[in-house]
Amino acid sequence: MVDVRSGIGEALPPPEVEDVELYHPHSWWTRYVFSQDAKVIAIQYGTTATAIGMVALALSWLIRLQLGFPGTFELIDADAYYQFITMHGMIMVIYLLTALFLGGFGNYLIPLMVGARDMVFPYANMLSYWIYLLAVLVLVASFFAPGGPTGAGWTLYPPQAVLSGTPGGKDWGIILMLSSLIIFIIGFTMGGLNYVVTVLQGRARGMTLMRMPLTVWGIFTATVMALLAFPALFVACVMMLFDRLLGTSFFMPAIIEMGEQLQYGGGSPILFQHLFWFFGHPEVYIVALPAFGIVSDLISTHARKNIFGYRMMVWAIVIIGGLSFIVWAHHMYVSGMNPYFGFFFATTTLIIAVPTAIKVYNWVLTLWRGNIHLTLPMLFALAFIVTFVNGGLTGLFLGNVVVDVPLSDTMFVVAHFHMVMGVAPIMVIFGAIYHWYPKITGRMLNEVLGHIHFWVTFIGAYAIFFPMHYVGLVGVPRRYYELGETTFVPESVHDLNAFITVAALIVGAAQIVFLFNLAWSLRHGREAGGNPWRATTLEWQTPETPPPHGNWGKELPVVYRWAYDYSVPGAPEDFIPQNHPTPGRLSHEGAS
Amino acid sequence: MSAPIKNPAAETLPRPAGLAGLAADWASDQRTFKNVSWGKAMMWIFLLSDTFIFGCFLLAYMSARMSTTVPWPNPSEVFALEIGGTHMPLILIAIMTFVLISSSGTMAMAVNCGYRRDRKKTAILMLVTALFGATFVGMQAFEWSKLIIEGVRPWGNPWGAAQFGSSFFMITGFHGTHVTIGVIFLLIVARKVWRGDFDTERKGFFTSRKGRYEIVEITGLYWHFVDLVWVFIFAFFYLW
Repeated sequence: MVDVRSGIGEALPPPEVEDVELYHPHSWWTRYVFSQDAKVIAIQYGTTATAIGMVALALSWLIRLQLGFPGTFELIDADAYYQFITMHGMIMVIYLLTALFLGGFGNYLIPLMVGARDMVFPYANMLSYWIYLLAVLVLVASFFAPGGPTGAGWTLYPPQAVLSGTPGGKDWGIILMLSSLIIFIIGFTMGGLNYVVTVLQGRARGMTLMRMPLTVWGIFTATVMALLAFPALFVACVMMLFDRLLGTSFFMPAIIEMGEQLQYGGGSPILFQHLFWFFGHPEVYIVALPAFGIVSDLISTHARKNIFGYRMMVWAIVIIGGLSFIVWAHHMYVSGMNPYFGFFFATTTLIIAVPTAIKVYNWVLTLWRGNIHLTLPMLFALAFIVTFVNGGLTGLFLGNVVVDVPLSDTMFVVAHFHMVMGVAPIMVIFGAIYHWYPKITGRMLNEVLGHIHFWVTFIGAYAIFFPMHYVGLVGVPRRYYELGETTFVPESVHDLNAFITVAALIVGAAQIVFLFNLAWSLRHGREAGGNPWRATTLEWQTPETPPPHGNWGKELPVVYRWAYDYSVPGAPEDFIPQNHPTPGRLSHEGAS
Repeated sequence: MSAPIKNPAAETLPRPAGLAGLAADWASDQRTFKNVSWGKAMMWIFLLSDTFIFGCFLLAYMSARMSTTVPWPNPSEVFALEIGGTHMPLILIAIMTFVLISSSGTMAMAVNCGYRRDRKKTAILMLVTALFGATFVGMQAFEWSKLIIEGVRPWGNPWGAAQFGSSFFMITGFHGTHVTIGVIFLLIVARKVWRGDFDTERKGFFTSRKGRYEIVEITGLYWHFVDLVWVFIFAFFYLW
């Protein structure tokens, strides 16, 4: 695929993108707080997302304590339990995963990896973070509001989300939740437009799209999807807010509550489900595609081998992105929609398995006979592949209508999506942090702590979610506060639940080790140097580490080759950086 | 900021044909859309995203209208006015549509004058556009007050399905907000043009970046979009 012959005389493409004048900070405030530097914004995004993620982690502990040892903890009553599962889900999916992958990794890596000085509109980029922070604060405020946060479940289905039986339904909870989401979407749009335009219009000389690292492809495609999927959530939130505040009936049918006929009538709860999942399903891939991209780069770098089938990997990302917009109703097989819809959406859902399988095969084939270094990023990348295949296989069960109907709303579903959308992307996030931390701080993370973190998290995650599949298969429903005296639930389920809870507590504690490692290595980590992994991509070729504002010093980098020239026969080292001037072949596509 | 520069090296290379050529063009060096500045690309992508917002609003409204079991109020009658003793259905909406479409005309002229560096004409045409926009919002306020006086509320109205009022206030309200933001945006850019910021390369207050006359065109893109959305609202809400 890639021609790496050297010495062919070729014209260097002249610059098409003018070098921009950056805003130069004048004070500590504009340098570190109200900074327009994408790297600082990335760290702000990452820190905020991690902080709110720790809240969600603590909530998951409380959920598990109730499930494992029902009735032991007086703090957790039924209302509190529903509030915990709702906030845990929403925070993890939106405020942690989406914000960390796109706002965090996107901001840090896109400008560096495509050879730009910064995002195209740094000021809007800065606003994006501050609006995100506002969204997080509004969300956190709901914990302290009268009535507490909403307990509607992370899907916020009406009509129950705005009724008095649901915690927060008639108080502030649901209002703050919906407002927070609206604010988040506004903030995200500002950042998202920046990421997309930077990739499309602001690349370095020689950086064609088909020479971009897959990390950038993943984040780019996910951002485009987010810009098209979040509008549906925005609209759904606005309409539900009106239902709650103004008494409109977009989603509210005629309904009797506590023996009293409410003012609502004529609305459609199914409409909300359609809008929500038109956002919700692409959201799965908004989280997964950056993970796919990042893991491809981790595997290639740490196996010292070019990624197998680069072009197919790119097209698979794009096709998955496109298909994910026409599968949303597979979340709604039991909603009462027309059964023919189920047929259509089951078909499209299963078609997505094709490009996804291509990606998995290509990762495995990249590893095949590679020079695998079992570094921490590689360990996490391997854990991702295994976990993703696991979660993907149960996805085949749930994608088929007849199998899904009995499994719907059981713990099997919980196990499935935690495997595929929880554990798998989080593995990539950890791998990516171990991989890029040396570039961000100039120091390596501690290996011993890292190994403890990895093994406890990896084995622990399986200890949590493997048994959960079984719990679901015997019919234990999700979202139930307690099972009580249920005859069809065997005694073993209660023991398993206690086991899962203990595992969850241990895995949660391992994350504290990780956070400690992040803080400790900042001062005491081994000096990393500019390119500790001997990687090819541009971010490792910056003149200084960590890269200063503007990234590149005086001269912008020029790109001569794709991102995967590892172990090239005849080359003096086992990697050739993308900006290394022994020329590859210049063509309209670069890597062809 | 990324003014168009020709790339002679790219011209001399052999080009793949067909679909492969299409992909190669899109994936080409440095910029996917040649001769498109960052600001313009960003506005186009934003408008694409905004299209999805209005699309979802309109689809939600249409699904409510199609599935309702109570009669839907007749928009021709609801939006009729008595002028000089004559009963004129939809007359106000017709005038509003005319005003908004005219404003797109003056906007296009402003863009033209902007690229000719005719500061005075550009600023005046933008002000006229803003004035048209403000007139539109004013008439919408009149329409809202009239309906509210007649008893239309987000939660119900005297003539039929409650979703009529909810959809009406939500969709026209959201569109009206867009127009209002557009008017403010127009006034800001008109002031900059008038003051000659783009000739003196004065730096932006927030962004500390130099602006260019292209911002007139970018403002225009947004304005035409808001206009186009109105055509769809007009067709689907009032004419249906």
